Amino acid sequence: MDLNYLISFIYAVIVAGTPLLLATLGEIITQKAGNLNLGVEGMMYIGVASGFAVAYYTKNPIFFILAAILSGALAAFLYALLTVTLKANQTVTGLALSIFGTGFANFVGETITNTSPTRTAVLDGKLMSYFKPINIPLLSDLPILGRLLFQYNIFVYLAVLIALVTGYFLFNDIRGLNLRAVGENAAAADASGIDVFKYKYLAICFGGALSGLAGAYISVITAGGTWTANSVSGLGWISVALVIFAGWNPYKAIFGSAIFGALRVLRFYLPRQSFNLPNSLYGALPFLVTALVIIFTSIFNSKEIQQPAGCGVNYDREER
Amino acid sequence: MKKMSKWLILALVLVSALVFSGCNQPAPAPAPGSDPETEGFQPVAKEDLKVGIIYIGSATDKGWTYSHDQGMLAMQESLGLEENQVIKKEFIDEDSSCETALRELVEAGCQVIFGNSWGYMDYMEEMAEEYPEIIFSHCSGYKNNGINFNNYFGAINDARYLSGIAAGLKTETNKIGYVGAYKNPEVISGANAFALGVASVNPDAEILFTETQTWFDPDLEKSAAISLLDKGCDIIAQHQDTTMPQIAAQERGVFSVGYHVDMAEDAPQAHLTAPVWDWTGYYTDTVEKVIEGTWEPINYFGDMADGLVDLSPLTENVAEGTEEAVKAAKDQMVAGELKVFAGPILDNEGNVAVEEGLVLDREDVDSMMWFAFNILVQ
Repeated sequence: MDLNYLISFIYAVIVAGTPLLLATLGEIITQKAGNLNLGVEGMMYIGVASGFAVAYYTKNPIFFILAAILSGALAAFLYALLTVTLKANQTVTGLALSIFGTGFANFVGETITNTSPTRTAVLDGKLMSYFKPINIPLLSDLPILGRLLFQYNIFVYLAVLIALVTGYFLFNDIRGLNLRAVGENAAAADASGIDVFKYKYLAICFGGALSGLAGAYISVITAGGTWTANSVSGLGWISVALVIFAGWNPYKAIFGSAIFGALRVLRFYLPRQSFNLPNSLYGALPFLVTALVIIFTSIFNSKEIQQPAGCGVNYDREER
Repeated sequence: MKKMSKWLILALVLVSALVFSGCNQPAPAPAPGSDPETEGFQPVAKEDLKVGIIYIGSATDKGWTYSHDQGMLAMQESLGLEENQVIKKEFIDEDSSCETALRELVEAGCQVIFGNSWGYMDYMEEMAEEYPEIIFSHCSGYKNNGINFNNYFGAINDARYLSGIAAGLKTETNKIGYVGAYKNPEVISGANAFALGVASVNPDAEILFTETQTWFDPDLEKSAAISLLDKGCDIIAQHQDTTMPQIAAQERGVFSVGYHVDMAEDAPQAHLTAPVWDWTGYYTDTVEKVIEGTWEPINYFGDMADGLVDLSPLTENVAEGTEEAVKAAKDQMVAGELKVFAGPILDNEGNVAVEEGLVLDREDVDSMMWFAFNILVQ
């Protein structure tokens, strides 16, 4: 197995892991605020569809990204309205959001493709050129490092940057501490003067925005700018599993997403002669690995790697 | 507050239950008088005709379901049917939701119902027994009840063989990638037909076959194609339902062979050609016969001579001489001189898969589990 092949594998891993990383970071922040939002898949779909529609008609890359982010945030806002203010069950609301998002995306996509005689909708070539692998003179041409570090699309760098910023925010900023307090014990946070509802709303909307951004990634990178029905196809659920795998830690999510990305493409790169595992096994691996993590953390009863204590429970001031 | 919201939710559920139950009108009783077993089917006035179809995917998938939908649209136009006379149901899984969808089409008053996925077979057979006055026509299976349930499919492997010629002439690395959904007879026989087409013009080329374990997953299909490109392939062919393998090839600056429909528009710089389906003839013919009352439960297996399967127009990306080579082979096929699975054929373990002088029949092809000699399974 030569070096180039190995580098190609790593490259494929990073590309496969990036949408997972974006969605996972959003869900980590959401859960840190004490809300379990199972609507990741749906919010990603909403990002895919809104981003695609806006990009298709305006041909503007900025509007495209904004539409994906804002639509994801709007979907999350609805979730927040239902769970934080109206105190609806978080699990059910999230699931409903996932189902709604899938249908919404296919509806939007079909409406657009129906306007074209061949029923194909392809994004403008100039817009797509903004999302090609970057090319930094000198750096991108370095023999091995060039391809390993400096030839990804911009989302990859953006995702790592967001991971570092959210990690810093959560663990080194007073507002991050407040957010964690809200997620662990909303009543105590409220008593200490933290605006619980503001934190919850902002965190949930931020989570939706990142899911929408992951949707943008799927639109232009995975699907290459061609409208594809059902394009998320379960990545949102893998992201939810990745939150647990990463132990609600944005820094660990970077490596976790690489591992999950690797699990996704491993089957295509492992030489069949030496590893002849059934292909169907690979699809189950991310969930299997997550289950193992849950088992191990509960055996060792780790205090650091735990779901925020208030996650899934709605905070009601009157029941304090 | 908490109590109130509980009541609110309960009220919502009740209201929605009422609303939805309103949609479930009881089925109209089947029209008495006609007994297809003895008299055949009655003619149907064109204005009264309702055609139903259940799709496994989306009509805009640019793949399998899209090819069927294009056929339905063309049928609708050539027969002059109104929009509301053709009822389509998309994303119908091969489980009890298939039965539900079929019942909805029956209740909507369809006289003929099509289904485009293998797994609908048993559901359609059962429904055909329950509603003998309605015609059920199933794509890609093999069953037929001799009364109101038939089967239709086509010799797509002939077109795959031709697309293999285009790929074999184009490749420079002599490595051709093939993204397949599953290792089942349908995919394997398709890959073998393609590989034999490649071998007929380029004996040095190898086909790298990989399996995604899904008919439809844009992300996985693309990853699979990229892995083949990373292994040195300069052509990607596919047996999948999205255009992602084509896009992977285009992004890498190499070439691709599509499937189901002409994918040239999705990957203009990569696309060479694609084995394609054209269901227009079958749907138009069948619905016409339903209108005339002359429909009979005969299985249909279309080929290139019928126009059911074909090769999409060669793009300007093909190598020189491709057009002549493809045309020569196609003429021989239409004349019946060239058979794809004619012996001798070796499998990729060195065994004789088809003896010299033998030609596999449809049953052999439908149970094929060996890979041709020039295929490397990844």
